[in-house]
Amino acid sequence: MTDDLIRRGLSRRGLLQTTAGLIGGSMLPAMPAFAEDKPAIGTYPAGVSGSTAFIGISVPRTGTYAVQGEDELKGYQLAIEHINEGHDLIKKISPKTSKGVLGKELKFGVADSAAKPNEAVQAQQRFISENKAIMITGGTSSAVAVALNKLAQREHVLFVCGISGSNDTTGKDCVRYGFRQNFFGQTAAAAIGPVMVREFGKGKKAAYLTPDYTYGHTVTKSMQDFLATAGWTTATNQVAPLGAPDYSSYLLNVANSGADVLINVNWGHDAVLSTQQAKQFGVLDKMKLVVPYQVPFIARETGGLMQGVYAATDYWWTIEDKFPLAKMFNEAFEKKYGYKPEWGAENAYVSFAHWARMCEQAGSFNPPDVIKAYEKGETIPSLVGDVHYRPEDHQCVRPVIIVKGKQQKDMKNKEDWYDVVEIVPGEGLMQKPDAFGCHLGDYT
Amino acid sequence: MISWPNLVSQLFNGLALGALLALISSGLTIIYGTLGVLNLAHGAMFMIGGYAGFVTYQYTESFILAVIAGSLFVMLLGVVMERIIIRHFYHRPHEDQLLVTFGLGICFVEIIRLIFSSQSQLVPPPALFQGITNLGFMFYPTYRLAVVGIVAIALGALFIVLYRTRLGMIVRAGIEDSVMVDSLGINIYRVFMVVFGIGAMAAGFAGIVNAPVVSLTPGIGDDILVQTFVVVVIGGVGSFPGAILGGLIAGEIISVTSMFNPGYAYVMLFAAMTLVLVVRPHGLLGVQGRE
Repeated sequence: MTDDLIRRGLSRRGLLQTTAGLIGGSMLPAMPAFAEDKPAIGTYPAGVSGSTAFIGISVPRTGTYAVQGEDELKGYQLAIEHINEGHDLIKKISPKTSKGVLGKELKFGVADSAAKPNEAVQAQQRFISENKAIMITGGTSSAVAVALNKLAQREHVLFVCGISGSNDTTGKDCVRYGFRQNFFGQTAAAAIGPVMVREFGKGKKAAYLTPDYTYGHTVTKSMQDFLATAGWTTATNQVAPLGAPDYSSYLLNVANSGADVLINVNWGHDAVLSTQQAKQFGVLDKMKLVVPYQVPFIARETGGLMQGVYAATDYWWTIEDKFPLAKMFNEAFEKKYGYKPEWGAENAYVSFAHWARMCEQAGSFNPPDVIKAYEKGETIPSLVGDVHYRPEDHQCVRPVIIVKGKQQKDMKNKEDWYDVVEIVPGEGLMQKPDAFGCHLGDYT
Repeated sequence: MISWPNLVSQLFNGLALGALLALISSGLTIIYGTLGVLNLAHGAMFMIGGYAGFVTYQYTESFILAVIAGSLFVMLLGVVMERIIIRHFYHRPHEDQLLVTFGLGICFVEIIRLIFSSQSQLVPPPALFQGITNLGFMFYPTYRLAVVGIVAIALGALFIVLYRTRLGMIVRAGIEDSVMVDSLGINIYRVFMVVFGIGAMAAGFAGIVNAPVVSLTPGIGDDILVQTFVVVVIGGVGSFPGAILGGLIAGEIISVTSMFNPGYAYVMLFAAMTLVLVVRPHGLLGVQGRE
């Protein structure tokens, strides 16, 4: 679109939003002496030859995923702060961490991806070439995650994926240099599908609202595949572009489709807007709503429209009753930012904490060594109990949490939006590692 | 297979969307027609109207006051913007105008984001228009029905100002030949200020009236800006009736295409715009010969 073209030309805000760390990182010597006798690869050892290590972060700070991107960024920032100070919570996840990673203070730069793959890749390419970033991260859009996977493999720089629910991220587009902590859309479908069949019955008709990119198509496909086993059919699948300004046309098609259940696969502001408009058009009076992959902040942004609605999620803060590390995280996060963390922040925090652990275990930032540490597939702590990364596709095997929106009268405080219905162990939900065609690339 | 209830629903939906686009586009086209300025901050004006109304609603819980405050605030903003910045660009190349208004639009969006964050903000429709109405052939949100009426009244008021008042006469004369109007002893620059204010107000009014339909976010004006430009091109730049016709056509194209394949809604919209440009380069109701 015209304004997008102009914006790109004018370079809106993202790339310039680097912290002081950017300057620090760029002043590193080009070819340093390094104690270890390992061949140079990617930004190693140049990026970690001084007293710091640089991380490139790209999150959407504008556009339909901006709210979730900001939450994710807060999770990254808290993790970096905790790693640099050797916080107790980080030590629970990465016991060898004292101050920084392998004694090096973490610095970082932030770029606004606007959830657009080319902007994220450009920003990360700069962090890699100018700042010698030793690790890059980003997501909130699976299209971005998939693009950064490819960049990471090409540049031999580790990509620790942020929010991304597509089956492709650690499926057909998986890479040796990429790791993902949050689960497949297929995993979400496998977790919430039985709950839906139990709640609504067999042989129902579903209408889908699907965002038009890898995340949307794969989640919808996974839901359709799973529900078909219980005799569910698809009444209509309405595919909308990211950031659609109005969902009324799609919702009229849904309203006239005769569906029993509306499965809203949209994410970010798209999910908020489409849910609000579904209410306006009376769709939610005609059919039940399900959000298969819960969207951070959707409950508060829709002003109560998630009441009684089932969703699969990575994290909900009330699980702190069962998981002590979740309690520590919630307290630290709330103290710093003034609200209960949602799963974007949790996902970001844990991803960095796991990366720090793997570097410490490898005893080096050397990418092949760090990758091999992940590939040991050890059981390691997270905020939602013990988890492990599968060596075959670099996907974290972790529980899925099923939540149901609380009625307003049952809310104990203003952030008590959901009941945790079930915590489904990850192992039984996972498809085989090669089910989506993953072939990891080379180490070098 | 065409489902008739669905087709009628979508046609009606197109009318509602078209009315809104017509109102926003009329502001844009009046400014361009009179001042020759392509105001790329117009989408941001639409967004600010929504937020100004939202703040007013927070304090007063009155939707009517929110509409009044949203409109007036954006009108004031338009006047200030015209006095401080835009007037220096009347005789500059179009590229300069585009860049400066685009830059202002970005600044406005970021200021709003700084104040309100990116989280959606809700303005509920007035109690009178809440719920859903059964039209016999379909159910439709009552407030969206009301929007069609509200916008029609606003367009009517704008029509009266432009075609039945002395100011309107000067404005229309200014569109044709501003040098001649100036030489007749009318302070054309003061008129320009008023025109910019009125054009901005149309966007601001649309922003707050539309707020209960789409929840507010700082980026809400981005997409509407593109659609609005398409409407202006289809209808004919500088033509008030053209903006209304273009808005209605655009609304129907988006809605009806969405019934068959939503992904092609914008494709069809731009295809229609291209067709119009080929057949009638000045738009459907545009004035031929205007530079």
